[in-house]
Amino acid sequence: MKYMLIMRVTEAAVAAAEDVPFEEIINKMGRYNEELVTAGVLLAGDGLSDAAEGFVVDFSADDPIVTDGPYGEIHELFNGFWMIQVASKEEAVHWARRCPLGPGTKLEVRRVTDESDFEEFADNEYIQKQAGWREELGQ
Amino acid sequence: MTDDATADLTAALDAVWRSEGGRVVAALAAMTGDVAAAEDLAQEAVAAALAQWPESGIPRNPGAWLTAVGKRRAIDAWRREAAFDDRVRTLIADAERAEPVDDPGTVVVDREPIDDDLLRLLFTACHPVLTREAQIALTLRAVGGLSSEAIARMFLVPTATVQARITRAKKSLTAAHVPFETPPRDQWADRLGGVLRVIYLIFTEGYAPTSGTAVVAPDTAAEALRVGRILAALVPDEPEVQALVALMEFQASRFAARVAADGSAVLLEDQDRRRWDRGQITRGRDRLARATALGGGRGSYALQAAIAQEHAVAASVAQTDWPAVVGFYDELLALTGSPVVALNRAIAVAMTGDVERALADVDAVASSKNLLDSPLVPSVRGELLQRSGRFDEARAAFEDAAARSANERRRAVLLAKAAQIPWGP
Repeated sequence: MKYMLIMRVTEAAVAAAEDVPFEEIINKMGRYNEELVTAGVLLAGDGLSDAAEGFVVDFSADDPIVTDGPYGEIHELFNGFWMIQVASKEEAVHWARRCPLGPGTKLEVRRVTDESDFEEFADNEYIQKQAGWREELGQ
Repeated sequence: MTDDATADLTAALDAVWRSEGGRVVAALAAMTGDVAAAEDLAQEAVAAALAQWPESGIPRNPGAWLTAVGKRRAIDAWRREAAFDDRVRTLIADAERAEPVDDPGTVVVDREPIDDDLLRLLFTACHPVLTREAQIALTLRAVGGLSSEAIARMFLVPTATVQARITRAKKSLTAAHVPFETPPRDQWADRLGGVLRVIYLIFTEGYAPTSGTAVVAPDTAAEALRVGRILAALVPDEPEVQALVALMEFQASRFAARVAADGSAVLLEDQDRRRWDRGQITRGRDRLARATALGGGRGSYALQAAIAQEHAVAASVAQTDWPAVVGFYDELLALTGSPVVALNRAIAVAMTGDVERALADVDAVASSKNLLDSPLVPSVRGELLQRSGRFDEARAAFEDAAARSANERRRAVLLAKAAQIPWGP
């Protein structure tokens, strides 16, 4: 089973983190990542850069509207992710609990779908093509 | 506590144990110098967790909690033995200085020495004084944090058999005075090879189960891959370790495509390659590239991984670079002298178009003692004979292979192949 650990932080927590030496944060996260690697469960993971560097596409109107980030009405920023491979939901809980995060941050943990989730639609042309797309995208 | 809460806690503790059990046993073995004792202490710590966690909740760092409790038990046992010589006094003082065991939740774990301990544990579990079965059981239980029940399910043997293997393994380690250490430099290469062999044996039991009805056992293979990744993280500069993980990633990437809707096996040439796990293939390629960059690439696992990679990147059987595959098999054959490798090489030779040469190669290895009872030779001969239009001989070969196969699914595939061959001229 693959799970994605999605880090969400409030803007207040981002502001508070500015007082902590960045190297300290890197070290803490580094040790956690190292644990995931030496436990043989980490598949991928990355942090996201400042939301101001990103942008938002809003589909409320007929023509999507692109605006600069951060997205003002969002109170929690998606700030990074890990992809882990484990044998059970409980194991995902275990690793999520070990993440060195503090007040104002949350991890949303979601199981990543696999082929078995689309069994009913196995004949669907696009489900069949999907694996091929993955190949082209090098995923 | 309600039954549900008990079940939840048991499941959570199982997950903790799978993730941290190896480190806990390793730390306790480093303290006591004795893997057998460490295993017992760890089980006591788990029992303590089952008693305490319903009240206290699961600690923030459950692995450190279990380690601290195990160490406390070890100290208690030493005290009870009352043989208070200086050595024990020093050990207790060291242990108590290092671990504020009264509040295990706050223990700060120093990772690096623990990683060394985990490597020692892996080497000890795969020590050559142990039988292959014992090495496998101890590796999965002590390093992989699996229960005896889970291991028994993987190998389709009774739980009591696994427990007996582990008990015997612990006794053998004690009797042989196996030190808890990474092997001395002059034995390192050999011993690491032994660890890799154990991991790959576990993997192949998942890739092609030797008994029962399943075509693949993905959970078993996943455990081997996990232990392989752990080893690769512990010794990141060993090319053959990276290569073994690469090989397992490539082979596991085909699991979904290897099983048909009715549960029967699908051969490589008939697999829907769109269903291969591309993410896993990418990870395999990265690992193999790393092995090569480390100066490897010509070891047994690296060559097998290189062959698997040729299949993984080819769009179809026809578009596979068969001459390259034959080249890797040549090197692998020179390295191992294995008749199984010679057979696989013959298939690759046939795929380059030279079926007659391939048949001659198969006949040359058919007399090998190791393959006398195996279904491999007749099944490969069947493929090649069919390809060259010698149908009656091909049918007989497939039937012969089916009669020698212990796996029901594979037997069915071989009989189906025999049945599909046209009769008469």
